[in-house]
Amino acid sequence: MDKYQTFEYDVIVVGAGGAGLRAAIEASAGGAKTALVCKSLLGKAHTVMAEGGVAAALHNVDTRDDWKVHFRDTMKGGKFLNQWRMAQLHAQEAPDRVRELEEWGAVFDRTKDGRMLQRNFGGHTYPRLAHVGDRTGLEMIRTLQDKGVHAGIDVHMECTIRSILKDGERVAGCFGYQRESGRFVVFRAKSVVLATGGIGRCWEITSNSWEYTADGHAMAMWAGADLIDMEFVQFHPTGMVWPPSVKGTLITEGVRGEGGVLLNSEGERFMFDNVPEMFQGDYAETQEEATQWVQEVIAGKQATVRRPPELLTRDVVARAIRKEVRAGRGSPHGGVFLDIASRRSAEEIKKKLPSMYHQFKELADVDITTDPMEVGPTCHYMMGGIRVDPETQQSTMPGLFAAGESAGGMHGSNRLGGNSLSDLLVFGKRAGEHAAKYASETNSIGEINADEVQRVAGESLKPFDDSDGENPYTVHEELRTVMQNLVGIVRTDEDLRSALGEFEELRERAAKVKVDGNIQFNPGWHLALDLKNMLDISEAVTRAALERTESRGGHTREDHPGSDDEWGKVNNIVRQTDSGIGVFREPLSEMPDELRQLLNSE
Amino acid sequence: MASETVSPREYGLGKTHRHDNWWVGPMATAIGLGGFGVYATFRAIYNAEYVVGHGTQTLPESAYLLSPFYSPLLVFPWLPSWLSPAFLILWAPGGFRLTCYYYRKAYYRAFFLDPPACAVGEPRNAYQGETKLFLFQNLHRYFLYFALIFLVLLAIDVVHACLWPSGGGMTFGISVGTLVLALNVTLLSLYTFSCHSWRHLVGGKVDCFSCVALGQARYKAWKRVSFLNKTHMLWAWTSLFGVGFADFYVWMVASGRITDLRIF
Amino acid sequence: MAEEATVKIYRGDNESGEMVEYKIPLVPGMVVLDAVHTAQAMQAPDLAVRWNCKAGKCGSCSGEVNGKPKLMCMDRMDKYPDGEPITIRPMKSFRVLKDLACDVSWNYEVNKQIPAFKMQDTGGEEPKFSQEEADRVQEFRKCIECFLCQNVCHVLREHDKKEEFGGPRFFVRAAGLEMHPLDDENRLGLLKDELGLGYCNITKCCTEVCPESITITDNAIIPLKERVVDEFYDPVKKLLRIVFPK
Repeated sequence: MDKYQTFEYDVIVVGAGGAGLRAAIEASAGGAKTALVCKSLLGKAHTVMAEGGVAAALHNVDTRDDWKVHFRDTMKGGKFLNQWRMAQLHAQEAPDRVRELEEWGAVFDRTKDGRMLQRNFGGHTYPRLAHVGDRTGLEMIRTLQDKGVHAGIDVHMECTIRSILKDGERVAGCFGYQRESGRFVVFRAKSVVLATGGIGRCWEITSNSWEYTADGHAMAMWAGADLIDMEFVQFHPTGMVWPPSVKGTLITEGVRGEGGVLLNSEGERFMFDNVPEMFQGDYAETQEEATQWVQEVIAGKQATVRRPPELLTRDVVARAIRKEVRAGRGSPHGGVFLDIASRRSAEEIKKKLPSMYHQFKELADVDITTDPMEVGPTCHYMMGGIRVDPETQQSTMPGLFAAGESAGGMHGSNRLGGNSLSDLLVFGKRAGEHAAKYASETNSIGEINADEVQRVAGESLKPFDDSDGENPYTVHEELRTVMQNLVGIVRTDEDLRSALGEFEELRERAAKVKVDGNIQFNPGWHLALDLKNMLDISEAVTRAALERTESRGGHTREDHPGSDDEWGKVNNIVRQTDSGIGVFREPLSEMPDELRQLLNSE
Repeated sequence: MASETVSPREYGLGKTHRHDNWWVGPMATAIGLGGFGVYATFRAIYNAEYVVGHGTQTLPESAYLLSPFYSPLLVFPWLPSWLSPAFLILWAPGGFRLTCYYYRKAYYRAFFLDPPACAVGEPRNAYQGETKLFLFQNLHRYFLYFALIFLVLLAIDVVHACLWPSGGGMTFGISVGTLVLALNVTLLSLYTFSCHSWRHLVGGKVDCFSCVALGQARYKAWKRVSFLNKTHMLWAWTSLFGVGFADFYVWMVASGRITDLRIF
Repeated sequence: MAEEATVKIYRGDNESGEMVEYKIPLVPGMVVLDAVHTAQAMQAPDLAVRWNCKAGKCGSCSGEVNGKPKLMCMDRMDKYPDGEPITIRPMKSFRVLKDLACDVSWNYEVNKQIPAFKMQDTGGEEPKFSQEEADRVQEFRKCIECFLCQNVCHVLREHDKKEEFGGPRFFVRAAGLEMHPLDDENRLGLLKDELGLGYCNITKCCTEVCPESITITDNAIIPLKERVVDEFYDPVKKLLRIVFPK
């Protein structure tokens, strides 16, 4: 054991995005000796890329809004597969969590009377997203970071956690390596919070950074915890499609919230023809109505007409774009057009969407104040994740908590834009609070199993021994291609089965990739180790997708195009079993009547 | 593939990995500021041909034109003859420019080479910045107060330059000289009112405009000055050439080399 | 457009290294970070480089391209002349860990010294301030902490005054707090002494390299210098404070 640096804490939080930071702040405030471990430098986590805003029913802009409407929107967006209690807590607590950020120094955009301004977003009935131009995530993470550095939290930057360590059935800590030195580290702790984000690097076209390699999902599964809703992956409708170097880079939904429209190559606003039955009557039916809505909203009035169909939920818009491109009505580089230039003045665009303006100008030579953008779907968010208790965020394994994107259940089959940032805050806080509580109620820290540490350490160093293996980058590229082509937006039984076959082969190749150089700051080695996480979680996604023989939210089956009421009553649970990764059906928990009535009321 | 061993950092004057002509900027600044310094010093020592027109020995039939290097004109008979009246007043505008936030950048780069350009090595290791010896830079706001007074005085000079002796009284008239002085005071005003200290004074120091007296007015003033402040460097240079040219024009007229053309 | 570019990348540690040459097939819209990634994937898997968002929002991929401090993900390859090798080096002001990755931990230590935001007592009322007041602070809060300003600032780069100087990044941070309409903390003494604002000679290189186009010098540093003058160097104000103590 002396070979490894060992630290001891009450609570270890893995991941320093919004959820991890919020959890660490709360755990520390709860009196726990807390450490935050993250793969990148502090403040670089994926939360900085969240652009549009944080959804909370503050009703600063439209007084008709309240948590009940937010709850209903969230459930409708998730096609009622959400853990209703999480959606309820989220809608109820989000306003307080956002106000708290302001107390901590966040500077949101203001209304005319000096309060937090809120903007419209897909699937939200009223303007609900508190925002800062198009860099809301940065504002949040900086606020939390600055709060955190004064909260006495130890931060271990550029440290990758590879496995959860157990003492019997409870958590004893975790094991990882310092990216810079390559040295192994053991963190002993009474409770561990996983806030590791998503799994987007399994796909070829993604808005996610290198960090999104499914670490938390995989570690929890290996440790024996349940995963939920793994078939539901969100493809954001508007990613960049040209030039190739930025393919997949996100374009905020805020562009549509500010009045941007989607057009095909024939100049048609095709979203009018793509309103699903569930949302019939909720959206504008004519250009004039949609335009009037935008004008009212820009003028800061309460809208008296229905919103444009461009603001339908992300799953719907992404599928509609795919359909247009398939029908030969796409843009030159295989997307559709997103036009804000003809809707708003150049000055307004630069003020409300500064980083979009900058991003297109610099990277694509497109001036969005005069020309339309070319956009297409990009893998963006993982609805599924570690199955948690709604109140405490504890997983099915004692002492192991999860929050943010790595936790599942809150968003059901599809997440509304803006609900992720509020999810981070609400459930980050809850996870931190209960992890600290769990730690304080636990007398002794779990024992570390030295053999287990030895095993993971040995496995980690193996790529240096394989002299005839292939380059880890090649295997990763192939995995991404398989997932893109066979487990993408639209899936079939046949594709999913052949993906499973591909994984078998890739797994063999991944087991003997070779890396050059030494253990110090070696990205090739780091990727070689991440391959296992990505392969296992890709398989989990594929198996859950194969099981669900219907289309719902972020999961579309070409061979089962409609929704199936029976499937609407169950979640898929993914669990590691002796015979491999298994999928089990679990009925949704019963919703209290008063909430059920909320869903039915309009 | 590999080449010789290199160090991740090297120090010394001009050490850089930049590929562009980084030395053009500081050299142009050095020539511009140096040239003006030489000319201004020469003209201050010259102590002649700085005023013409009504009430003087030169061209008493035309309007009064005074070089800005000598305005306000302080003539004390007891002063030694080698000390020109220019020296009695030039410390004020000189001090304003010396302590100006823009000129500080310009001469720290061009003359002190601290640094000569961004990401380019420097000649010296020792560095104290604006601490210790350079603490006087913090008095910029006092030079600003003087500069504001000078603007009034130079504006009065423009009024004088519009008054032409006629019979026993004066009539209004404009010559090229009037315009040159008017242009000078305009450029100087733009330079002065785009000053960082002025910006701080009018509203920059206020955090909460809704919490102070005259908050809205101060906010508007601060916004306008901030807008002007973006082009402070432009006004610093144009007003520098403007003031030099105004002096040069008066000199040329006073020495009889050119005639000041009356427009009406 | 040429089909291939040559990049020369620093490979080594804090003591010494080599400029290793890589031939990179060019793709439309390629940025310098793509070239580094291509080298990594095809020829040098152990080439150390930091990156995250690849869209100029996280500030991870800072380096020096042809001697100029840049975010590599926002630096287009087609801006550089065909056929000439592009040199890519790590930031000069920080210890090199490996290749293009530097030890920037000093910055996090400086940040800890700055007292956090402290909300004024609003008497239980919802805090309110206008967009006009927010605008000024929001400019500073755009900072993505790429530390290019810290890297280019000659006080750190040439004189290594990390002990007595906080650097432009933290003047921007302090400005964002000091100018917040509802902040109740005073950081002017800290700025003058511990953060060494006086070492800044406002030569504006920080502003020149800022990828977020924050007007660091004119909008953050100079106004802070003026506030420090108000508090510590203005003789008349000092006198007034003696005659009329608060």
